[in-house]
Amino acid sequence: MALAVVFLPLLAAAIAGFFGRAIGDRLSQAVTCGALLVSMGLGIALFFVVILPHAGPQTVPIASWIVAGGLDADWALRLDTLSGVMILVVTIVSAMVHIYSVGYMAEDPGIPRFMSYLSLFTFFMLMLVTADNFVQLFFGWEGVGLCSYLLIGYWYDRPSADAAAIKAFIVNRVGDFGFALGIFAVFVIFGSLDFTTVFAKAPAEANTVIDFLGWRVAALPLACVLLFVGAMGKSAQIGLHTWLPDAMEGPTPVSALIHAATMVTAGVFMVARLSPLFEYAPTALAVVGVIGGTTAMFAASIGMAQNDIKRVIAYSTCSQLGYMFFAAGVSAYMAAMFHLFTHAFFKALLFLGAGSVIHAMGGEQDMRRMGGLWRKVPITYVVMWIGALSLSGIPLFSGYYSKDTILAAAWASGTAVGRYSFTLGTLAAFMTAFYSFRLIFMTFHGETRADHATLHHAHESPWVMLIPLIVLAAGAALAGYFTEPYFVGALHTWFWHNSILVLPQDNSLQAAERLHGIVTYAPLAAGLLGIATAYLFYIVDPAIPERLAIQYRAIYLFLLNKWYFDELYDRLFVNTAFSLGDGLWKVGDGRIIDGLGPDGIAAAATELAREASRAQTGYVYHYAFAMLIGVVALVTWYLFPR
Amino acid sequence: MTHWPLLSLVTFLPLVGVAFIMLARGDDEIVARNARNIALSTSLVVFALSIVLWVEFNPNTAAFQFVENARWITIGGFTIRYHMGIDGISLFFVLLSTLLTVLCVLHSWTNVHSQVREYMIAFLVQETMMVGVFCALDFILFYVFFEGVLVPMFLIIGVWGGPRRIYSAFKFFLYTLLGSVLSLLAIIAVYFQTGSTDITVALAHSFPAHLQTWLWLAFFASFAIKVPMWPVHTWLPDAHVEAPTAGSVILAGILLKLGGYGFIRFSLPMFPLASAYFTPMMFALSAIAVIYTSFVALAQTDMKKLIAYSSIAHMGFVTAGLFAVTSEAVQGAMIQMLSHGLVSAALFLVVGVIYDRLHTRDIDRYAGLADNMPAYAFVFMCMMLASVGLPGTSGFVGEFLIMLGVFRVSTTECFLIATGLFLGAMYMLYLYRRIIFGTITRVDVRHMLDLNLREKLVFAPLLAIVLWMGVYPNSFLAPMRASVDHVVHQVHAAQQAALRRRTVLSSDEIAPAKAGSYGSILSTVEAWAPAVAAMTGKGG
Repeated sequence: MALAVVFLPLLAAAIAGFFGRAIGDRLSQAVTCGALLVSMGLGIALFFVVILPHAGPQTVPIASWIVAGGLDADWALRLDTLSGVMILVVTIVSAMVHIYSVGYMAEDPGIPRFMSYLSLFTFFMLMLVTADNFVQLFFGWEGVGLCSYLLIGYWYDRPSADAAAIKAFIVNRVGDFGFALGIFAVFVIFGSLDFTTVFAKAPAEANTVIDFLGWRVAALPLACVLLFVGAMGKSAQIGLHTWLPDAMEGPTPVSALIHAATMVTAGVFMVARLSPLFEYAPTALAVVGVIGGTTAMFAASIGMAQNDIKRVIAYSTCSQLGYMFFAAGVSAYMAAMFHLFTHAFFKALLFLGAGSVIHAMGGEQDMRRMGGLWRKVPITYVVMWIGALSLSGIPLFSGYYSKDTILAAAWASGTAVGRYSFTLGTLAAFMTAFYSFRLIFMTFHGETRADHATLHHAHESPWVMLIPLIVLAAGAALAGYFTEPYFVGALHTWFWHNSILVLPQDNSLQAAERLHGIVTYAPLAAGLLGIATAYLFYIVDPAIPERLAIQYRAIYLFLLNKWYFDELYDRLFVNTAFSLGDGLWKVGDGRIIDGLGPDGIAAAATELAREASRAQTGYVYHYAFAMLIGVVALVTWYLFPR
Repeated sequence: MTHWPLLSLVTFLPLVGVAFIMLARGDDEIVARNARNIALSTSLVVFALSIVLWVEFNPNTAAFQFVENARWITIGGFTIRYHMGIDGISLFFVLLSTLLTVLCVLHSWTNVHSQVREYMIAFLVQETMMVGVFCALDFILFYVFFEGVLVPMFLIIGVWGGPRRIYSAFKFFLYTLLGSVLSLLAIIAVYFQTGSTDITVALAHSFPAHLQTWLWLAFFASFAIKVPMWPVHTWLPDAHVEAPTAGSVILAGILLKLGGYGFIRFSLPMFPLASAYFTPMMFALSAIAVIYTSFVALAQTDMKKLIAYSSIAHMGFVTAGLFAVTSEAVQGAMIQMLSHGLVSAALFLVVGVIYDRLHTRDIDRYAGLADNMPAYAFVFMCMMLASVGLPGTSGFVGEFLIMLGVFRVSTTECFLIATGLFLGAMYMLYLYRRIIFGTITRVDVRHMLDLNLREKLVFAPLLAIVLWMGVYPNSFLAPMRASVDHVVHQVHAAQQAALRRRTVLSSDEIAPAKAGSYGSILSTVEAWAPAVAAMTGKGG
């Protein structure tokens, strides 16, 4: 069953990819959607029948992969609650996105290719979450990166899409550079890359020291931090986040599936999966916490000033991933996974809803040219409200439970990192509510700013798009309330069943249960305040934001230009790389190596030949003189005793 | 085990094909057609025979197999033997040579118009030389093949090459001449040391430490140029640019591997102490090759030059892996060489496909080929991904194992070559974007046709093997394991023996071991001791 869940999408991708032209658009859609629905059904069954009751083996071996020296990596599926939750998220959201794409991409010329990429992505993502060793994790990790690259650049005739695709791949590769080094460090420490072996040996290696670049450093924290660099790339944390907003060049279903619900959460999943390592590397956890907290606030601040509807949600994703990381940073991995789970629903919902709006507006993405759309797209409007309420952390909606748990755990952990991330997280909660409702108000409420023709054509999306929206909206509204006891509540020990390790002294979730007082209400208050502010700014008096933007122009520009990360990176890395390449080629290879090497020798030889030929003047007396000198020299040599 | 002289058949059957081609008579058209057919059928038979080698190969021993040994030339007391044999290290190079020859003949089916007969003869002679190099177990025999392989390549570049072929051939000559002379001197020195030109004798011989250094350097001169290592690499881009596509395929696929093969066959097992002594230098040059050439590749506007520079970067991984001398790294280097042989060959063929159609290698002349050449775009994509080492392709297995093994020995080196992960992606993706993506703006580009059946037949086996090697590399790792481990153990044993001697002589002189740092021979050897122990403990 597990094999079918994972490999059906691959099969579908192959069929749609290789025979798409032969079987046509309709059949390609049917094959991929059908495979995904079956995969989803089996995935749900697998979760409830096999994984939760622990009714089967934890590992399903497929084949041996790489055996060389001390390395013995297998192809295998690891089935525990952690991978089970991810299987649920991936198959459900992916199936919904597949169906939605049938409507959204209806007029696109490359439907089989698109569906094939989506299914291929699902396969790689499932390989990632069911990985049984670091190498297979890396396989899935790079595979989803590849699909992300292909899908961002799906409209390859747009230069901006091509640029965004390359950027995504390369920034992720920079992260993977760290990830790979982390894997090698793990191998050197443990002599194995198998999860079970490594986790079992982790406590014994807690104080091991290894050499790294000439320094003696603690081995486990080093490995964990390096691995986390990979997570930073994939999950778009501050410093390596620049690719995610650009990734919005891809079609919107892609943004929902890959850049909101699944792939970008792989980093969080990885930290949770490796909790038996991170628990013994508190320094690395602190790094995770600080980066997560910073990103949560930083990305939310940018989200407040963006005008592109998809970019707002993209920065929001960045920010929410920050929440998940700082939850992991205070050992509340379960809360992180809970937020990953609820976030998948409401963020996919928001993206698909935004896609529905864009679809209705004939491709328009700028919120400044929207407004008052709620009459035109009523169902989209309602589900977007649900998504926004959930994202803002309003009680009864899913996001409330997970976000609240995270912030409570951060505070309750009592560490400096916890306090830091709680503060920034609460601030970010305010910003989150603000930009969410700024989006709602600017898009759906107030006077319309769209031109007449666009507005005239604006229409509600077809049912094939609305049904996935409604399914996800149900998840965004209800999933949190019903699953809270399992993920982080009373039943969580039974639910997770050893798939996540938390040392007793780090149990911030337990500490959070004893929390009371003002701290527990702060996140909700921040959220409500954010909504109120957005209401004031964009409904009551739309002149306020403009006035503020003029008055605090520097801050506004700083936020609008995304803290100038792109400009900085372009100048520091991109331009440098090109000019360095040019210089090394023309000066290094051309002038120095060739100039001193073959070309230089050749030139010297030619020069020598010319000098030699100059001696051959053709005058007899020149030759005679030379001979005379020679004779004198020889006679002198023999006559004088040595 | 068969009693047929399989190795001799695989080696010399192409020459029989050459004889048949020479017999062809008639007008040019008929001669050309006969030459093509004979060349294709000969190379197919040779390839099939080499598959038999793989099937019959015994993976459980490091000893040479399919051995043929006969007296060849005797002058006084000096005997040269015709000694052939393969082990796990040479097996796949033989296969790679025979496979690529088939594909080269197939690729050149229609795009070579002048002197087709001579062209096919050159490729068949080349095949004999290539297979011979990897099978030869006598130094003189080896040297004959090793140098002989250059002759057809000179002709291929010189006769069927591009406009600047004279400069390129000359540059190549200048470089290889230096290397060849020095390695011939070294071979003579080895003869005087061991009293035999037999390679198996030399491999078992223990050379004195001071001599090792000099012999190592002499061989290094020859192999480093072949690899090519920075800074003796500048002949390669020029040679590739001028060579016809099939010439580039052989050059990148096989000739570059002669350097790596030389290091693992001769330098490491024969001169283990010198190898340890020069490891820091090899590491430094490898890291420079990876980083430096990646940047240079980024600046290229000529497709072939770009791929040529990427070859240098990929071979940088190989030399780093070989000189880490851990079981993982050396097997990784072997896989990386095979993978590069397939992938770079495929990439040159990819370039050749559009060069055949538009007769320019200028990247900026193309754009938006995804529109009218989807099959081409797919093949190119797969090969590009294999080149950047995406998991599931052969490139990943090689690079991953190399870095894994290098990390044990030197984290600094691993850190430096790991930058290849994103540097490599940078230039390859940028190349792909400029050719395949975007919109078509030129009429002639719009009218380019997608891959035809013959071209698909050329790419299909390459694609299949690249994926096979990525998904189930054990088919390739298992046969080479015994031989690679044998070399690794031999090197470590020699180094530890030397270390023990030094320890006995002056036990207080030895500085504390400092793993991972570039140090003297002793600290390097000491750093390896745990790795060796771990590996011998595993039982090999």
